[in-house]
Amino acid sequence: MMELLEVHGLVKHFVAQRSLFGRALAHVKAVDGVSFTLEAGKTLALVGESGCGKSTVSRLVLRLIEPDAGTVRFDGRDLLSLDADALRKFRREAQIIFQDPYASLNPRMTVGQILTEPLALHDLVPSAQRRERVAELLRMVGLEPRLARRYPHEFSGGQRQRIAIARALAVEPKLIICDEPVSALDVSIRSQILNLLRELQDRLGLAYIFVSHDLAVVKHIADRVAVMNLGCIVEEADADALFAQPRHPYSRALLSAIPLPQPHAKRAKVVLQGEIPSALNPPAGCRFHTRCPFVIDRCRAEAPALVADEAGHATACHRVSELPPADTILPATSGFSPTLGKLVAAFSRKTEGAIPSGVGIQSARPTPT
Amino acid sequence: MSASPLIEIRDLRIRFHGDDGRVTHAVDSVDLSVANGATLGLVGESGCGKSVTSLAIMGLLPKQTTEISGAIRFDGFDLLKTPDQTLRDLRGNRLAMIFQEPMTSLNPSFTIGDQIIETILRHRGGSRRNARDRAIELLRRVHIPSPERRIDEYPHKLSGGMRQRVMIAMALACDPQLLIADEPTTALDVTLQAQILELMRELKAASGAAIILITHDLGVVAEVCDEVAVMYAGEIVERAPVDELFSAPQHPYTVGLLGSIPRLDHRAEQLATIEGMVPNMAQPPAGCRFAARCPFVLDACTEAPPPLVEVSPGHLSRCIRAPLELLVS
Repeated sequence: MMELLEVHGLVKHFVAQRSLFGRALAHVKAVDGVSFTLEAGKTLALVGESGCGKSTVSRLVLRLIEPDAGTVRFDGRDLLSLDADALRKFRREAQIIFQDPYASLNPRMTVGQILTEPLALHDLVPSAQRRERVAELLRMVGLEPRLARRYPHEFSGGQRQRIAIARALAVEPKLIICDEPVSALDVSIRSQILNLLRELQDRLGLAYIFVSHDLAVVKHIADRVAVMNLGCIVEEADADALFAQPRHPYSRALLSAIPLPQPHAKRAKVVLQGEIPSALNPPAGCRFHTRCPFVIDRCRAEAPALVADEAGHATACHRVSELPPADTILPATSGFSPTLGKLVAAFSRKTEGAIPSGVGIQSARPTPT
Repeated sequence: MSASPLIEIRDLRIRFHGDDGRVTHAVDSVDLSVANGATLGLVGESGCGKSVTSLAIMGLLPKQTTEISGAIRFDGFDLLKTPDQTLRDLRGNRLAMIFQEPMTSLNPSFTIGDQIIETILRHRGGSRRNARDRAIELLRRVHIPSPERRIDEYPHKLSGGMRQRVMIAMALACDPQLLIADEPTTALDVTLQAQILELMRELKAASGAAIILITHDLGVVAEVCDEVAVMYAGEIVERAPVDELFSAPQHPYTVGLLGSIPRLDHRAEQLATIEGMVPNMAQPPAGCRFAARCPFVLDACTEAPPPLVEVSPGHLSRCIRAPLELLVS
């Protein structure tokens, strides 16, 4: 099967400091040799902590910023050789949803205008039918078509994120990059957006690159996961394999650091000591060695390569074969008690279909009493 | 729960008067108590009143526009009736608070040492040299490497995790009896969050202080709290020991919250969603405030506000349909 997206050896260094005459003095190695592939209709999650380069990768893939080295192939085409015209055509096929739904919608445009713009720009729908298409898009993301006349400030955070999703869907893309799409939302709203993203993927065959720092969200939505640390992928595997048996010490630490909503859960804790090193001056050798509990001399000198086994589980660690098994990082028992399971099932059964999701509108300025 | 709690909140009500004459009911009839050495989690989504409650305890709400009633009893004082001068003596001394944003809650124009020493001198007096020694000791206690050197640094030189540790060191400067932590790890990466949570557990064991932890993260609650109060639209809707809250919640809102979080320790095809919106707190609904979003709603729910009643020992719920097990068995 042909891959939708093939990224190879992507590098992006930002200049952090310049001399008086404009010569670069220091570089932030935001992305330093990242490769991955993504099949159509699947979800690849890029996870890692702040500054690991996950957002930069997502922007490089769309050519919102230009890479210093590497190749990006989308549907067989080399993206980096496209001229401005061809690039605009490509953008029809790949879209992005940003983290902050408050900053990513133009406050001076109505929702209808926001959704019509991509239709007009790519000349997708004759102008007479655009209003109808906007209504269809709004319905698709669970909003009422009459809301097209409203402005973004009249919507809540979750609803704005739905509008951003509708805007991305307007051009019928094959790939959507979701950059922390639910991080700014409250937990109950978060689940609505996650459910919506999954439902749209099933219905429209979308591929997602899902950028997140939240591994629980990633476990719920991803088919494949790439864990990044300081500009490099340290582990890449199918989501099930990674969560069952994380191999790289950094992946283990990340997983074990997440507080579980299960009091007294029996699990092994890997609490990392020290601070996250700066990408301005990443450590030599393996970039994780300053915080790694399994470090040996070789790690300080030689950077490990990302090596995949026959099952496609890739790890960049010299000691991957000698590490103790990681089966206690997540508890064996489910955090759902039988009672809670039944209650949640009853809760969901009753809400399903009762009220279409997110149709209410919350005015930013409630009517004075 | 011990016989005499360290802090006891009775029927706390907080209303904000807006410029346009609008009155927002931020907190309504909140009853809470925390015993010495216990950790209470205060959970809920944005705007539910959890931070406002903590600011009321600290006496940090603007007096001109806020109307507060009820009682907050702390060690013989009613904090709501205590004169400002006495409050200033208590704050930073026996009552301390850690805020969410370590980036904005330190003064950028003073070294971290100056800021910790200021607290010590204000409440304990003594010489500046002794205060400095104590500050270094505090920085060591929160695991800041080479504290003798770090004490003279300005906040901008420290990373987010370090700054949050400085905030904790400052809060601990006078061995407070009650520590309020408002989303102390929300702005931090998970590996740093794990370090800070570990540190809070350690400090609690060492000092025996009571902690009120305000958070929206149910995982954090499960890890560090003994008891949990869930807030919704200004009210406490459920209060329970931590194990019970997670295994047998008694309020539909809690059920919805627990069902809507993606979990590492459970696989769900579809996450639960809580449909609808939080009610407009300028005109709170007459009956149960969650009724409009509740799948288990009855006519009676919208008629009168439900009381917070004990469903089992120590487990309170503001739902007339509790115990909820009966609905699914």
